[in-house]
Amino acid sequence: MEVSLAIAEAARQADVDVVSAYPITPQTHIVERLAQMVADGDLKASFITVESEHTAMSAAIGASMPGARVFTSTSSQGLALMNEIVFLAASMRVPVVMALANRSLSGPISIWNDHSDIMSVRDVGWVSLFANNGQEAYDLTLMAFRIGEDPRVMLPVMISFDGFILTHMIEPIYIFDDAEIEGFIPPYNPQFKADPKTPMTFGPVGVPEIYTEAHKQQDAALRGSREVIDEVFADFEKRFGRRYNAVETYMTDDADVVLLSQGSVFETTQLSVDELRKEGKKVGAVELRMWRPFPFADLQAALKNAKVVVVLDRAVSFGGQAGPLMSEVRSALYPMKDAPPVIGGIAGLAGRDIMMEHYREFFDMGYRYLETGKEPEVITIVGLRQ
Amino acid sequence: MTEITRPKEGFLNVFAYRTISRDEYFVRGHRACQGCGPALGLRLIMKEAGPNTIVVNATGCMEIISSPYPYTAWNVPWIHVAFENAAAVASGLEAALKAMRKKGKLPADEKTNIIVFGGDGGTADIGLQALSGALIRGHKLLYVCYDNEAYMNTGVQGSSATPFGASTTTTPAGKVSFGQGYWKKNLVAIAAAHNIPYTATACPSYPLDLMRKVRKALDADGPTFLHMFSVCPTGWGTPPELTIRLGRLAAETGVFPLYEIDHGKYKMTLNQPEGLRPIEDYLRVQKRFRHLKEPEIEVIRKRVKEEYERLRKLEAFTQEA
Repeated sequence: MEVSLAIAEAARQADVDVVSAYPITPQTHIVERLAQMVADGDLKASFITVESEHTAMSAAIGASMPGARVFTSTSSQGLALMNEIVFLAASMRVPVVMALANRSLSGPISIWNDHSDIMSVRDVGWVSLFANNGQEAYDLTLMAFRIGEDPRVMLPVMISFDGFILTHMIEPIYIFDDAEIEGFIPPYNPQFKADPKTPMTFGPVGVPEIYTEAHKQQDAALRGSREVIDEVFADFEKRFGRRYNAVETYMTDDADVVLLSQGSVFETTQLSVDELRKEGKKVGAVELRMWRPFPFADLQAALKNAKVVVVLDRAVSFGGQAGPLMSEVRSALYPMKDAPPVIGGIAGLAGRDIMMEHYREFFDMGYRYLETGKEPEVITIVGLRQ
Repeated sequence: MTEITRPKEGFLNVFAYRTISRDEYFVRGHRACQGCGPALGLRLIMKEAGPNTIVVNATGCMEIISSPYPYTAWNVPWIHVAFENAAAVASGLEAALKAMRKKGKLPADEKTNIIVFGGDGGTADIGLQALSGALIRGHKLLYVCYDNEAYMNTGVQGSSATPFGASTTTTPAGKVSFGQGYWKKNLVAIAAAHNIPYTATACPSYPLDLMRKVRKALDADGPTFLHMFSVCPTGWGTPPELTIRLGRLAAETGVFPLYEIDHGKYKMTLNQPEGLRPIEDYLRVQKRFRHLKEPEIEVIRKRVKEEYERLRKLEAFTQEA
């Protein structure tokens, strides 16, 4: 099954009330399928054919206010256009679920995959998780509703999965029978909703006396969502047998050089670890699945035995220290006693394939660092044509 | 100052006003300026709409003055998200209520009014796209543009609804400029072009007319648009006690004609058997127009008359058809 269709299926099984989405490649197959489901009566929902992504997110917030379950999906420029309202979804505490088909930001215009879109919304206050394959994209979309709508969380959730590499991939995906997931997502019934019987004011002016405290609360909610996410991961494993972790690891116990990444490349990274292990090299791989809330302790635990951590970034922080992922990882490990050094490079921008030789180059960067102690050049791009 | 005489029907309206519901849903205590036209309009609109209403408010004067946390002037559910997206938020709200009724999550016969308030900037400029989307998709909601003819909340900057010749902080009159250099955007025509069932202009200076139009809009089957002329003493440089009179002068001079478009049929809703008042009666009491000289006034005079005649013709044509 195509991964996009599986994600649409997850939204149907969550019985969403409103779908509010605007077409953008490579996300389109998801919402096309949902529109067809509504047209065929398989999904009882209002499908709003909005006139922009800005309105897609605005309508999603409006739809959440009376207590409807809402799904949307976008990519790249769409996310950039709705950016203003993405912040508001979190601060208004609406548990909208958004499937984000990761695509590079313009310019130059590009429809292909990297992580520049998701990195641009790092601080929006959403729960943000990465899927590595179609099955995970489907599973996590189902879990997203339960996580976001939990009364202890009440925050929007975005699931990132690589555009084209996943969205358009046809792969075996186990789709639950509707009966199988019965009870996994409880009905959504928020404590506060726009109901004329109980008039309330939503989105008032945050005067200086209250803005700071509101932000503190929002951070506490996002930080606190971790407990709920762990519960949902555990219940998912109990019911369906698949284990999800905030930080995924592969052969890290005795690894000297650990390659850290996010999204679908983690799967290929594991293959490259297998290749290098055959050559006797002690290498491992780590994936930071949970982007927000940031799993500091898990990441430190996963990397504590590494002699060097190499980060594979899929976005550029122009004029900055490195890619955004490396900056985050480096600062997350900084408070650790005997923290391993963190270096990194950028690869796979705008759909450029990351080949086995490139993964090899990333590991070599780690070995070179161990030999010489010299950091690679700032903003090292692996696979750059000279 | 120009002598201003009250028209006869004004007295009738003032007495009839006492028959209006005493229930308040946009309540006192908010922080609007003295003589605020929009606040007056909102109060009347909410009286007509009643308690079974959800309000979506764009960022702007009415949002700021009515919701400084922890206070609120709203006795109905009220939602503010951002500046340009009030119509979009209301679209989602309406779609959600519809879906929830169909799925039995809300009573199937439940009817909730959805009213959107946006200023002229939030409607004619930055919010025009979201408004167009909401109107064309057919969401059942009433969008009210409270038009005080500039960005008053940020300090009287010009918008595309600022009238020709008006001096604002970004269209100032100066040694070589007479202020706003282009004609006010015709929002009603834009709204009507979406083939919605009901569109009208209104003004709180005519409370019964305003409330009648609100009722008609809320009862219509589909999206409706109300363009509410809203006097702003702070931004226009007028005495607060003249707010009601200025609204009437705008209508009587033809600067802001009161009319409705009900299923395509135009109807002038202010009876003016004596014709239009001289334009100067309206212009001269306002600081924003005080610099205007005869050549500019002549442009306004001519254009106002043309627009008014055009509306009369549309009325005759569509009522006949």
